Amino acid sequence: MELELKGITKRFGSLVANDRINLSVAPGQVHALLGENGAGKTTLMNVLYGLLQPDEGTILLDGKATRFHSPKDAISAGIGMVHQHFMLVPVFTVAENVTLGIEETRRLGLLDRRKTRRDVLELSHRYGLEVDPDALVENLPVGIQQRVEIVKALVREATVLILDEPTSVLTPAETNDLFRIIRRLKDSGTSIVFISHKLKEVQSIADTITVLRRGQVVGERPPSATEDELASLMVGRNVQLRVSKTAAKPGEVVLDVADLTVAHQTGRVSVNGVSFQVRAGEILGVAGVQGNGQTELCEALMGLLPTVAGQVTLDGHDLTRATPAQRLRAGVAYVPEDRQADGLVGDFSVADNMVLDTYNTPPFASGINLNLRAIAANAAERVQEFDVRTTSTSTPVSTLSGGNQQKVILARELGRAHKVLIASQPTRGLDVGSIEFVHRRIVQQRDEGVAVLIVSAELDEIYSLADRIAVMYEGRITGFRAPTVPAEELGRLMAGGSDETPGPSGAEPAPSAPTAIPGAGT
Amino acid sequence: MSDQVNSPDPATPETKAAKAGPDQADDRGRPAYGLGQAFRDTILEGRTVTITVLAFITAFVIGGLLNAFTNTTVLHAWGNFFSAPGHAIAAAWDTAVGAYVEMFEGSIVNPHTVAALFQQASIGAAIHDGYLAAVFNPLSETCVQATPLILAGLAVALPYRAGLFNIGAQSQFIGGIIVATFLGYGVSLPPFVHVVVCVIGGFVGGAAIGWIVGELKARTGAHEVITTIMANYIMQYFLAYLLSFGYLMQAPHTTDEITAAIAGNAHLPHLFGPSLRINAGFLIALACAAGLWWLLTRTTTGFEFRSIGRNPSAARVAGINVERNWVLVMLLAGGLAGLSGAAVVQGTDFTLNFQSYGTYGIDAITVALLGFGRPLGVVLAGLLFGAMKAGAPLMQAATGTPVDMVQVLEAVIVLFVAAPLLIRAMFRLRAARGGGVGGVMSRGWNA
Repeated sequence: MELELKGITKRFGSLVANDRINLSVAPGQVHALLGENGAGKTTLMNVLYGLLQPDEGTILLDGKATRFHSPKDAISAGIGMVHQHFMLVPVFTVAENVTLGIEETRRLGLLDRRKTRRDVLELSHRYGLEVDPDALVENLPVGIQQRVEIVKALVREATVLILDEPTSVLTPAETNDLFRIIRRLKDSGTSIVFISHKLKEVQSIADTITVLRRGQVVGERPPSATEDELASLMVGRNVQLRVSKTAAKPGEVVLDVADLTVAHQTGRVSVNGVSFQVRAGEILGVAGVQGNGQTELCEALMGLLPTVAGQVTLDGHDLTRATPAQRLRAGVAYVPEDRQADGLVGDFSVADNMVLDTYNTPPFASGINLNLRAIAANAAERVQEFDVRTTSTSTPVSTLSGGNQQKVILARELGRAHKVLIASQPTRGLDVGSIEFVHRRIVQQRDEGVAVLIVSAELDEIYSLADRIAVMYEGRITGFRAPTVPAEELGRLMAGGSDETPGPSGAEPAPSAPTAIPGAGT
Repeated sequence: MSDQVNSPDPATPETKAAKAGPDQADDRGRPAYGLGQAFRDTILEGRTVTITVLAFITAFVIGGLLNAFTNTTVLHAWGNFFSAPGHAIAAAWDTAVGAYVEMFEGSIVNPHTVAALFQQASIGAAIHDGYLAAVFNPLSETCVQATPLILAGLAVALPYRAGLFNIGAQSQFIGGIIVATFLGYGVSLPPFVHVVVCVIGGFVGGAAIGWIVGELKARTGAHEVITTIMANYIMQYFLAYLLSFGYLMQAPHTTDEITAAIAGNAHLPHLFGPSLRINAGFLIALACAAGLWWLLTRTTTGFEFRSIGRNPSAARVAGINVERNWVLVMLLAGGLAGLSGAAVVQGTDFTLNFQSYGTYGIDAITVALLGFGRPLGVVLAGLLFGAMKAGAPLMQAATGTPVDMVQVLEAVIVLFVAAPLLIRAMFRLRAARGGGVGGVMSRGWNA
């Protein structure tokens, strides 16, 4: 089926989310939609999927103008969508999830489970999806859940499949599997719209790349276009994809974590005997697929989860049993993984968020009295220093963009006296410009002698920031590597491959190694 | 892991919506937000204030209709609608409006008393014979009725701001009134001191009950809604028990479930002479509201309360001890409800019987809701409900409208306040945010 969008415009109040967008997807083609967060990719796809009605423009299917009033219309026209956040019922089986909403019934309204199972198996086989129709969705890894979503769309006879940021939750290996599936779908004539902000992926899978910026199509490129060209199109100016940094000059050990073990109330061990040290003036990057204990590691380091065993020492002071407040005071700056849930109070003003963990210290408080003037002055200063784009410091922080929210957190954490910076997924969901800013600040921290611990699921980020890489798998550190190590090796460790040289020797820092940092000095 | 991906995080619907809001997030900053737009947002679409006022008006309209069409005279007139349509409509109008007029005269000012005042020969005589007092009596009654409502309303509003739902103002009220009453008749103290001791006792009695609730939540995670509801029953029966035995709190030489009257020294002093019931309790209520405002907006404690109310997990990450604050919040809230009890027994009732708690605890929730959980709002809502309660007896006496009409009005107001979407739809108000529809949609589908 040939899909064409003509002059699609969608406004929200005075904001134009999509501005006269033209896009055509040929059958059996992978069409990538590249753009930063807020460029209007998702809005456009929601228009195509019938979730939103365009203010202007038409959707043409095989040259025929069509209107979708709801996703139901879009589905029956052969459009399928795999959302960034899956729409699955965790306690249902794969087959039940697939059939939900289009249940086939036999006489007396009984569910025809057998037919559904057959359909799932058949499709799964045909496209190499390999999903078990009887498995419970909650027991499946994310990569397989995503395939269930794809099966769901295919069972509904989708000929155009929209994938919204499909790789954001996948391991490198799972991403490869997904790409294999996409190619197979493509060969059978299905059109794929692939939404992403990751340049490399888009280059490797797409047949055509359309770049969106601020609601407009700013260009269409073949996948052979260079990364820098695509990046500048996306951002609208020349960008530096790699952080320029000099070799690290590690000093004394500041953060010493020994045999740290964290267990949930249910008894599941999420961090299992993890040991590492971070020295002043170096960045330790913790790589790993999301959900392998990195979140719990950070929370345990902040005293938000109880440690079952092991020890955390900061500058020689034992912090193992310290409360979060004590750790903050001892000099830990913390950028949480989920900035909206854990880092900010969305309804509070920018100014209040800037003092969220210093509100009770001078000059912001004397006794129990808040010094509103000092809080406002501090906010004004930090907003300047960190270039936070906000109409005023009394604006609720939830109205800021992700990048500016992250700047507020950084401004707050780095504005306090600190010896260690723990940043979890520091650039998740940020646009290229903000990523650049955050990375520069992190490297600057290192250069000022702060011990930095970065946790990231993005290998690119680990490579560009870390002076030393630790890889986590199922709560353990499977190895330490220098940032010169090839991605395949890290991928092997991320999938649980063990270290050839286990034991304490692996835990020792290798400060002399990183002389050839990728992209250094560019 | 699968949980993370599949279930939208219930803790942060607001932030999620903001995140999903289409392209609102943009480094250019948000679209220009002019003065005119701000004005319109506040006056026309300003989410809560306008909606509350409209809810209030709607409630009065519905109440009036209800009143008119349950009145036998009106129904009779409507039976003859085709012969005398004008008469039918007039009868309905008179009944509906008449009741509200009487309510107004009973709670704000009665023109007849004003007229009577001006017929007096001299000011001295007017004051001496009580004509001046008669003019201000309705307002005084409104304040008297509002006093416990404001205090109990604050007891719900404070936890609300800290993310807790205090259904137990009633139990805390009872805790306070028991202690205040006991100190009122059980000990003998000099005039001023006795009042203060009883008031403090009331605070402590209520705070103790609130503290238990907070401690249970902090230590065991027991949900405060459950524990406060339970506490209501426990305190209700505990009060009945205390009043059933002479050696406990029952007054001597009686079989009624009532205590002895508290000493005159423990009475809250009248503010404007003995003929008006308005007393120092009203000042206590206003002082508590002002104090609470100061606490919430100007202190580190209030900052902590508001943080845990808006985003407990971010507060925890920022080093705020969430559990300790829960205990403190419930303790203070209980104390406020306890003061409400003290104000009732020391200001108007002077004895405690097994029904003294009335519906203050439940009305408190309404008042707090109507006041947006803000101290000033609670004061205004308390005065409003106080006025309706003060006006009800006159309304019943003069027009035969049952006092229950006040409860119907309260219920309808709450119904509409709790259902802002309904009010928006009825008055065709636009959603408050620019990209509201998109936000809601993408929240529903993507989050």
